[in-house]
Amino acid sequence: MDIFNAIIQVLDSTIRLSVPLLLACLAGLYSERAGIFDIGLEGKMLVGAFAGAAAASVFHSAFIGLGMAILISVAFAMVHGFASITHRGNQIVSGVAINFVAAGSTIILGQAWFQQGGRTPALQPGERFEAIIWPGADAARQVPIIGPIYAELISGHSILVYFAFAMVPFTWWVLYRTRFGLRLRAVGENPAAVDTAGISVAWLRYRALMCTGILTGVAGAYLSMVQNGGFVKDMTAGKGYIALAALIFAKWKPVNAMFACLLFGFLDAASIRLQGTPLPIVGKVSVQFMQALPYILTVILLAGFIGKAIPPRAGGVPYVKER
Amino acid sequence: MSTPYAKLPAWADYGLIPLINLSVAFIVAGFVVLLVGENPFRAAVILVEGAFGKGTGIAFTLFYATTFIFTGLSVAVAAHCGLFNIGTEGQAYIAGLGIAIVCLSFDSTLPWWLTFPLAIVASALVGALWALIPAYLQAKRGSHIVITTIMFNFIAASIMVYLLVGPLKPAGSQAPQTRNFLAGAELPKLNWIIELFGAKIRSAPLNICFLLALAMAFLVWLLIWRTRLGYEMRTYGHSPKAARYAGISETRIIITAMMISGALAGMMALNPVMGDQHNVAIDFVSGAGFVGIAVALMGRLHPVGIVLAAILFGMLYQGGAELAFEMPAISRDMIVIIQGLVILFAGALEHMFRPYIQALFASFSPRSVGMEAVKGKGA
Repeated sequence: MDIFNAIIQVLDSTIRLSVPLLLACLAGLYSERAGIFDIGLEGKMLVGAFAGAAAASVFHSAFIGLGMAILISVAFAMVHGFASITHRGNQIVSGVAINFVAAGSTIILGQAWFQQGGRTPALQPGERFEAIIWPGADAARQVPIIGPIYAELISGHSILVYFAFAMVPFTWWVLYRTRFGLRLRAVGENPAAVDTAGISVAWLRYRALMCTGILTGVAGAYLSMVQNGGFVKDMTAGKGYIALAALIFAKWKPVNAMFACLLFGFLDAASIRLQGTPLPIVGKVSVQFMQALPYILTVILLAGFIGKAIPPRAGGVPYVKER
Repeated sequence: MSTPYAKLPAWADYGLIPLINLSVAFIVAGFVVLLVGENPFRAAVILVEGAFGKGTGIAFTLFYATTFIFTGLSVAVAAHCGLFNIGTEGQAYIAGLGIAIVCLSFDSTLPWWLTFPLAIVASALVGALWALIPAYLQAKRGSHIVITTIMFNFIAASIMVYLLVGPLKPAGSQAPQTRNFLAGAELPKLNWIIELFGAKIRSAPLNICFLLALAMAFLVWLLIWRTRLGYEMRTYGHSPKAARYAGISETRIIITAMMISGALAGMMALNPVMGDQHNVAIDFVSGAGFVGIAVALMGRLHPVGIVLAAILFGMLYQGGAELAFEMPAISRDMIVIIQGLVILFAGALEHMFRPYIQALFASFSPRSVGMEAVKGKGA
């Protein structure tokens, strides 16, 4: 029973740790499927986290915080769009720029506004998203096997967790069952064809980036308002890049993205859990190895040893209308 | 790839446009200073005075510039070949391992002028090898070099943390770093050059790596514009199709360019490790690899431009430290913002002002931008 409880706990933290990855990964999916590379996911999450925690603590409302996180994150996404769609700049360069501006400005503004060394004030109850306890969760805890699964894994998360997982089928539906989704996929593969059909490539890509901004905003809000009770400088700590890796791992498909993020979240949870405890067969695994594993796996995938990751064809190429 | 813009005179292309882009970046940064509640003009004065006001300041500025010349050149060499090496950070970090092995083995027996060449070779070799795998994957497997080099940054960081908290840490020490090097691995300082001009210097880390960096800048210029290999790299960067048609081996050119880029990135580690700290510590690169992106873009991928841009960023780093001291509301992270804005305006939005400037030039003298003068009827 101890092992069972341990597994439940690891899976529970897997869910918690994979939520920001999942949101950022789906965010990247919208833009990359529309043909815009976005390595600025990290930066957009970071400004989202900062804006969310700052607004929530000033206005004493979690929802104002969430709204602000989305707003600022979308604004940064629009800068990326302005540079890479309107001015046809290099999308990678623009993404790098956004990451830097985000990393610097969150610290500078945080320090200037709150004077706590780049932190925002600790969020009070009501300023952050609380866990939702599902009906009967406490009673069900006594039931063997199913009880703990219901009480720990399904119940007891904040609304943003459920939102993240709901976004998976929603994104699938948008991408494969709506007109917008069809056009979005088309513009990432062959923008000239979309243009010939009389649809604005630029406007379509801007809308894709808005979706990206909304989701990275929520991802940031999750980090600073659910996982942590406030903003800490550089709190994304490379999650944006892991999300990017997960996106490649998932071959730019929403359902795969969920499994990739759960896998990477599980690796993270397991490395925390296994710290210092030797495993059977392999012996003691170093924390650093577990942390590097998502990156190593992605490189192996990219090398074509586990299937082949084929990116959207027009990805990274600015669209020039007149030739 | 065809440029959709008409040609401008060279001085406008290489002088005016970068200057305008840079000014816009600084104006936006000025607004951030304003937002924090400080006076941007006073901030600028403190920054420049901190960097160039005293001899020590100049020495520090050039010390930081040394680091950025290496990383800037690294990014530029890859960029000439059409490759975005975002892994400079990781290549420099892992090169610290090569330097550590050389220095820890020889610092008690050899003098610095023997250790230094060995360390140069080791750092360049390790950096180049770390760039080799992404290059090979790009050339042979078509894996996007940006993504693989990002992944390799993280993998490098994990390896270095593992080594520095484990095997490389001296027994009985708590700090995650190697033991301090002995005199045989300490590079001579160059502060006397500045003192020749009458300035006084209190301990600044400017060292002989500065000269190495300048030599590398010259060699990169030689490579890119005066050798067959450089010509092939530029051809491939402009048009992979044309290069293939001309019989240039894609695999060879990608791997060579990336390995040179990685070697330059690796040499960056010499400056802080052997010139200043005299040990290899966790995160000793601290973002210099990414500054290289800004430096390369601002220097328009030309070694002369890169040296100038590196000095500018050295000034920002040194002056920024003074600024943080004078204005507590502004920490050194202000530079990260400026860096980001420079990358944005000099890199991604490079062409934003070009049409306006072209229109301006065209209105003065149509011929200078390659347009025929419009002749009025009967005139």
